[in-house]
Amino acid sequence: MKELQDLALYLEQGQAQKVIALTEQLLAASISPQRILNDGLIAGMAAVGEKMRNGDMYLPEVLQSAGAMQASLKILKPHLAREGAQSRGRVLMGTVKGDMHDIGKNLVGIMLQGAGFEIVDLGVNIPPEKFVEAIKTHQPSIVALSAMLTTTMLNMKSTIDSVHLAGLSSNVKIIIGGAPVNQGYADQIGADGYARDAVLAVDKVKQLLGISA
Amino acid sequence: MFGRSPRPVTCGFGLTLGNGAVFPELNFTLPTMALDEANWTAVVAQYEEIGSMIERAAPRLKLPGLVAEFELLPPMTEHPSWGAQITGILHQHLKKLYEEHGIPCALRVTPTDIRDVTKPPALRSGKPLDQLLQSFRECGSSGAHILSIESVGGKEVHDEALLYGDIDGIIFALGVLAPRDVTFLWERIVEICSKAHVVPGGDSACGFANTAMQLAGQGMLPEVLAAVIRAASAVRSLAAFECGAVGPSKDCAYEGPVIKAITGVPIAMEGKSASCAHFSPVGNVAAAMCDLWSNESVQNVRLLSGSAPEAYLELLAYDCRLFNAALQSGSGSEYQRLLVDSDARLSPQAFVLTPAATTRIASAIVGHKNHYGMTLAAAKEAVALLEEARASEELTMNVREIEWLARISESLEALPSDEGRIISLMQERYGHLFSHESYGL
Repeated sequence: MKELQDLALYLEQGQAQKVIALTEQLLAASISPQRILNDGLIAGMAAVGEKMRNGDMYLPEVLQSAGAMQASLKILKPHLAREGAQSRGRVLMGTVKGDMHDIGKNLVGIMLQGAGFEIVDLGVNIPPEKFVEAIKTHQPSIVALSAMLTTTMLNMKSTIDSVHLAGLSSNVKIIIGGAPVNQGYADQIGADGYARDAVLAVDKVKQLLGISA
Repeated sequence: MFGRSPRPVTCGFGLTLGNGAVFPELNFTLPTMALDEANWTAVVAQYEEIGSMIERAAPRLKLPGLVAEFELLPPMTEHPSWGAQITGILHQHLKKLYEEHGIPCALRVTPTDIRDVTKPPALRSGKPLDQLLQSFRECGSSGAHILSIESVGGKEVHDEALLYGDIDGIIFALGVLAPRDVTFLWERIVEICSKAHVVPGGDSACGFANTAMQLAGQGMLPEVLAAVIRAASAVRSLAAFECGAVGPSKDCAYEGPVIKAITGVPIAMEGKSASCAHFSPVGNVAAAMCDLWSNESVQNVRLLSGSAPEAYLELLAYDCRLFNAALQSGSGSEYQRLLVDSDARLSPQAFVLTPAATTRIASAIVGHKNHYGMTLAAAKEAVALLEEARASEELTMNVREIEWLARISESLEALPSDEGRIISLMQERYGHLFSHESYGL
């Protein structure tokens, strides 16, 4: 449908006003909100992710597109709720105990949100017990842990151990990211996945949840 | 010129910086290990090992002198006695090095700015500030010869503005918030240094301009934006010198050449030999005006040759031999030209760090009276330099970089000259991120 393609294109271009107007127009034309989300917004953000992956888009432009998506989602959300639409999954994220770095984590959150996931961001310096408590409260499908220091990356392991001890590991998949860690470390500490950057984090989450597109 | 500063600094065990030679500044950190009370003995053993290595390797490398930098990790600042204990250990190793081998040396200690634990950060009161200042006091009385910091005031706004490429927010953070915090902090640091007879070194815009450099390096931000931020960030670091810092500036303060051009103090720089810590497009040009040449940070892990800190000390030693041989043979200017020319055409970030560019940025800064005006002037001068370089084909930029340069220029021109006006504008946009009390606003 051409209008949905236009919506994806405006989103890719970060044209918030046009995205808002077209979202309202599509709803008025009785197009399903789920379809607007999947074929317009998520498709547009997928193109943004691809451009970023190829180095054809800078972060401020990506964030402009993400902002346009948020504006459109604000309009869509009540309609999606009425339709009983399911989110693609909930991701609980945070920087582990002792670590105050949050730029990388925030980027991952923005890209995941753009891909249609619901984000619960606990912030920075999060102790294992707070992750456990939040898993019980928010029941996410994915927990994403971030660390930037060689002395704090060890707290990823203690967080994962705490999740296991609390008997919650069968409910969630845990992914890790940050400058000092890699796939080898993820394997070593029992994480389900590792991603080098925000774009790859989206791919990894989709892969873990069995989402193909 | 590298190795020569109008205002040399004498510190530590008979070491004079900026007086005709470049010395290595070795920086190191822990390998992957827990840093807590239970593991403290093992942590101390790591620094003992590094201290012993310096004692052994410095004579082997026939170093004419060196600075060792101990950058505290957050828990070492939260527990001031921990940082002080390591300071004391490293001091003793350097003392032995000087007494037994006659190698002039000094210990730089850099407590971590831990004041951003709350959001918005409480910079002028509270436990983290108390711990930070106590850490300065205890490190000062335990054997530090130079005290420095990478302060974070204004970063809460800068981080957000940087991701969105918002020039207004970036200039506000660098020109209004950060200098206010640097002034607040350095008035206290200078007082502590004075009481402890320690050299107040300098501050670094690491959390600002190096974040931009890293994001640009990953293709997430335009290089021209990182280059303009580098120039603009010099003013907030300069504020430390207005309060009484005397150098050497911090190694990760790539804005050092601008500081040196204005104040004449010796500066520490890092570049190609800091690739153990991070990558950069300024590996050679960063050395053009340095007085200390640093590896930024390396984990104490084992390599084929030996420990990584020893390997990097050797690397720095050879780099410094070249600097000093060039100075002694009268080829300093020629060597400097090669350092500059090998990088400057390849990156906007390298271009703004050339001696010619940093001198122009410094001149633009000193023509203004308040920090906001200085920051705006530095940013505009960087844009002018890049536009001229592009026009004269001294610098190659792709279309997207050129578009961003125009966008940055337009935004800078549209900013108000009045500081009160920018404060009021940015309060609306970023007021939720910072506390007025933290900046005396």
